[in-house]
Amino acid sequence: MNANTSDTLPPRTLAEKVWDAHLVSKGENGEPDLIYIDLHLVHEVTSPQAFDGLRMAGRPVRRPDLTIATEDHNTPTIGIDKPIADLTSRTQIETLRRNCAEFGVRLHSLGDIEQGIVHVVGPQLGLTQPGITVVCGDSHTSTHGAFGAMAFGIGTSEVEHVLATQTLPLKPFKTMAITVEGTLRPGVTAKDIILAVIAKIGTGGGQGYVLEYRGSAIRALSMDGRMTICNMSIEAGARAGMVAPDHTTFDYVKGRAHAPEGQDWDDAVAYWRTLATDDGATFDAEVFIDADALEPFVTWGTNPGQGVSLSDTVPNPVEIEDPHERAAAERALEYMDLAAGTPLKDIAVDAVFMGSCTNSRIEDLRAFASVIQGKKKADGVRVMVVPGSARVRIEAEAEGLDKIITDFGAEWRFAGCSMCLGMNPDQLAPGERCASTSNRNFEGRQGKGGRTHLVSPLVAAATAIRGTLSSPWDLQIEGEAR
Amino acid sequence: MQKFEKVTGIAVPFRRSNVDTDQIIPAVYLKRVTKTGFEDALFAGWRQDPEFVLNRPEYQGARILITGPDFGTGSSREHAVWALRDFGFDVVLSPRFGDIFRGNSGKQGLLAGEVAEPDVEALWAIIEAQPGIELTVDLVERKVTAGSLSVPFEIDDYTRWRLIEGLDDIGLTLRDADRIDRFEQTRESWRPRTLPVKQS
Ligand code: SF4
Repeated sequence: MNANTSDTLPPRTLAEKVWDAHLVSKGENGEPDLIYIDLHLVHEVTSPQAFDGLRMAGRPVRRPDLTIATEDHNTPTIGIDKPIADLTSRTQIETLRRNCAEFGVRLHSLGDIEQGIVHVVGPQLGLTQPGITVVCGDSHTSTHGAFGAMAFGIGTSEVEHVLATQTLPLKPFKTMAITVEGTLRPGVTAKDIILAVIAKIGTGGGQGYVLEYRGSAIRALSMDGRMTICNMSIEAGARAGMVAPDHTTFDYVKGRAHAPEGQDWDDAVAYWRTLATDDGATFDAEVFIDADALEPFVTWGTNPGQGVSLSDTVPNPVEIEDPHERAAAERALEYMDLAAGTPLKDIAVDAVFMGSCTNSRIEDLRAFASVIQGKKKADGVRVMVVPGSARVRIEAEAEGLDKIITDFGAEWRFAGCSMCLGMNPDQLAPGERCASTSNRNFEGRQGKGGRTHLVSPLVAAATAIRGTLSSPWDLQIEGEAR
Repeated sequence: MQKFEKVTGIAVPFRRSNVDTDQIIPAVYLKRVTKTGFEDALFAGWRQDPEFVLNRPEYQGARILITGPDFGTGSSREHAVWALRDFGFDVVLSPRFGDIFRGNSGKQGLLAGEVAEPDVEALWAIIEAQPGIELTVDLVERKVTAGSLSVPFEIDDYTRWRLIEGLDDIGLTLRDADRIDRFEQTRESWRPRTLPVKQS
């Protein structure tokens, strides 16, 4: 069996174990290894040329049974029964439908109960499992690492390669341990952990590495929280992020549509238990974060590493030593229209976006709803809530979250990537400022000229209530003062 | 991919240097969903000009492009190679290429050979004296022949072997198909499958 671990092997990390279990052949003389891919997720933006390449070469999809497609990046989040207005979007989606039909790939189209953001759909179906390899033509594939899977984004020619061969030639990654010890205070979430990690190691700090998140604060997180953290590994430049599977993981997977059953389940769990990094295994780099000291976090700039605690002020570029970072900070402040020294809590927003593969799962929606329940949104602030998948939307409605959201004055939308990247009509207008639970605050990411502050669902909710960047802590203080 | 040993065809003297991939194919063409049909996009910014060398009647049907240094620098778009292939080029010769472009070329059956700058000048001179003359590019011997002139070009051994064997990345991996088969036979039954669709 590939999956067997042997007593004679030296201590290995989680990432190394998963890698070794997927070696089809070992590269010699500096050539890459050939790695087997267990699960290939496909969406409309990065797949058309890959399918076209197969067609031209007369090649089939080798394993349609390890491949699944969904429509997410371009899909509208209102009026989903009408034809898609934007021509490029419509062409991409129609092309995906044709390709999946022709090559026998399972597709969840707009309107289907399993449609949604590709990284929400895989885990939800129980397809994302510990110890597997997962790829997708999308950088936030790192999300699936939360299950102890090796999951990473690939380019279109690699998509074609996986479709045709179910393998990828790859050079081994380096490993970095990110240890988060302690207990998060109420109001502090997984999103704050990962924003703090990226602020600490920088947007290039993870380059060439697989990050393994460890420590008591990570163990205490739910799967939804772990997915939020692994999702943003790519924003630290890393290829992938991973968390060793444990009872939280097994409980999450058990009973889902594609989870193993009966004897298979027992065999799988027995194997999954062997995956954790061995005592004595060494990482190429290590980083420590004190969970006790973390506060709600927010970005002030135009990359995810430009973040500080919400109780802080906008930093002064003059105090940044590295000349490149200083220049980047100056540019960012200009784009964001912020003055150094401004308390972050004084910054007023025009919009709040609650969604994206970082924070659109059911727990995220529950957290958001728990803060806004019985309240009204601030005047003049547009609040948009976009569930990660059609199933999450239905689940939320069964719990009455949609009612809380619409009573609050927010828009309750259909599933998709939406304003995370503004490929569909959900966009910021030039100059608009948004508190967003997504993962990228790049210039123009949410719409040309739009200004993004990355935040947790709790901060998004408190901000929607007060109209300025806020955390639930600020609401409590207000409540006590009254 | 076609096996590639020797190409004989019309060559275009492309007297430009620092042609980046944005000039080879502008970004607006990247929205398409196909991998072919990019011939109209090749050098789109220059094609309006009737005097542009590719528009000249004597170079119609050309298979070989001979350019100045630093061809294919800039963005990594694979479309640049697709556009050149779709237009009909099998060979690009230049004193120096952008790294990613050169890598992408080898993967898609486009021979990107490095020819010393004086030799490029000499080839241009011959072609311009007899527009429409056919050149021969011999990958086995690594040389270009134009009339009585024969000059060497460089290409790394690995890429040359792949082109001669007609192997793209996928073809290369599929040479090991039996290894993939063997690996699949040992995969555990509990590993996830997307088909059949299970109801939850
Ligand atoms: S939600 Fe955003 S980050 Fe996630 S897959 Fe969609 S576009 Fe990419």
